[in-house]
Amino acid sequence: MDLALFERESEFEWRIKPFGKMRVPGMIFASEALMREMDAKVYEQVANVAMLPGIVKASFAMPDAHWGYGFPIGGVAAFDAGAGGVVSAGGVGFDISCGVRTLHTGLRVEDIGKVKVRLADALFNNIPAGMGSTGAIRLKTMEMNAMLKGGARWAVERGFGTEADLERIEEGGCMRGADPAQVSDQAKKRQRDEMGTLGSGNHYLEIQQVTDVYAPEIAAVFGVKPGDIMASIHCGSRGLGHQIGTEFLRRMVLAAPGYGIELPDRELACAPIDSPLGQDYLGAMRAAVNCALANRQILTHLTREVFSQVLPQARLQLLYDVSHNTCKIEEHEVAGRMKKLHVHRKGATRAFGPGHPDLPCELRDAGQPVLIGGSMGTSSYILAGTEQGMQHAFGSACHGAGRAMSRHQALRNWNGRNVVDDLAGRGILIRSPSMRGVAEEAPGAYKDVSEVVDAADHAGLARKVARVAPLICIKG
Amino acid sequence: MADMARWEHFPHQADVGVRGMGATLEQAFEQVALALTAVIADPAEVAPQEMIRLSCAAPDAELLLVDWLNRLIYEMATRNMLFSRFEVHLEKNHLAAQAWGEALEAGRHRPAVEVKGATYTALEVAQQPDGGWLAQCVVDV
Repeated sequence: MDLALFERESEFEWRIKPFGKMRVPGMIFASEALMREMDAKVYEQVANVAMLPGIVKASFAMPDAHWGYGFPIGGVAAFDAGAGGVVSAGGVGFDISCGVRTLHTGLRVEDIGKVKVRLADALFNNIPAGMGSTGAIRLKTMEMNAMLKGGARWAVERGFGTEADLERIEEGGCMRGADPAQVSDQAKKRQRDEMGTLGSGNHYLEIQQVTDVYAPEIAAVFGVKPGDIMASIHCGSRGLGHQIGTEFLRRMVLAAPGYGIELPDRELACAPIDSPLGQDYLGAMRAAVNCALANRQILTHLTREVFSQVLPQARLQLLYDVSHNTCKIEEHEVAGRMKKLHVHRKGATRAFGPGHPDLPCELRDAGQPVLIGGSMGTSSYILAGTEQGMQHAFGSACHGAGRAMSRHQALRNWNGRNVVDDLAGRGILIRSPSMRGVAEEAPGAYKDVSEVVDAADHAGLARKVARVAPLICIKG
Repeated sequence: MADMARWEHFPHQADVGVRGMGATLEQAFEQVALALTAVIADPAEVAPQEMIRLSCAAPDAELLLVDWLNRLIYEMATRNMLFSRFEVHLEKNHLAAQAWGEALEAGRHRPAVEVKGATYTALEVAQQPDGGWLAQCVVDV
């Protein structure tokens, strides 16, 4: 990207001065090296988001920002309903509430050694992954609606986990304001066989080892130390969320002119928050958030079952569950006053700082755990929300490494079988139904997650707490 | 003119672009549907055994393309099928189509990825200087 387009506010803050129809500035948080590599489309997309009605403060992008749909992936924008603010289906995306949860296993690295292959095979056999895989649970209409209202709480009430899990999920595991009546029959039908499935693409279940701790006092609160074995699950709202995204994007594209909204890009499709369409979308989107939370809860249950067979001494306890693609009502300080805003995060993680009332008591002094997934061969990171991050971009941080190249290019560069063998040589077991899928997700197709995490840490978006490295990866 | 019919993928940083070309708009829509299948699996491995009919309508040709692909994505997801042959009829932004395919078998088709939705990104339906038609957009995987 051409750095001359930006005003450099600090080492990690790159400002786009408002031009044309931009209502607020743009702001990208990244190192100079990441900025140079970043796709020029991010500049365009950050500027486009800044043109939407009712946007507050700035249109933000995180260090892992890349070319998305309408919003950049890694985009954060907040809107004020009282100032004609909008909610955007494009600003949330297709995979509503796609996210990551990380669990302690209570195990140490030496406990895994002998049973690693057995554990990998058992996980692969019991966690439905990849296109066309189906879950064991079929929900009839009433139960589907209860799930869409209840989220992970619904799942726990049906025996898939414990009350203690719920405290460690954003929104206590249940997003309020979900309206199953706004979820179409098609979306529900698409979900019929997909409860408790991982999906495909960049979704995964990983068994990881803590390798480094950078902030011992926070790591102690989070309960992570070098050599600990963790389990992480990355997936979203499955077919139901995809269908809601598809349907509302279309409705908002068609309705925008009627609301007097000029869309700089059709993918930015939006409606005023205080309009019937805006409210319908919010009701449906929140139902999809609950679907994602329920799905990750069921997958957690399946993972616990596998561990109880292979390593009965394991105790899987949830560290935290974060969502990447959401629009949430939050209170933030704007020009010295607290305001209720609709915060869109598209490929960005909520990262609330210490003391935030939405955090569970045991974590409140440390800040929210921020879970950053890497590619399957590299590493993932655990960060913590900061006070500075609350001021920067409404308490938001990056969400992953971000792709460095297209799937197309990755397929030309790598062969799936070779990728699996290379990683096995480094002690990382990959299990996947598709070798082509593995090639498309080759570690080399992603940016260096460490660079992204360091930039988030240095920019003050979130504080680096620990690094975890993969041992087993079930790839959809 | 028939040999104008072809499909390809074009790169998008996080996802995949699908593009169909043909002597007619119908043909371009048929080809882009093949490109969609090819995101998931090799169309040559998908037997055109079972036929389904579908239709959709939209205010303009570009929105119609997105609707067409999204209908196929929906049918693939809910029927657990892949499609490898298409016949599209267009009349004033109303599409009626037949799609032939078979049940997805993970062991045989080895699906690389599932498609979440067709997007309005890099969306284009246009006649080319050579008289042929092009239909394309990015799909989210």
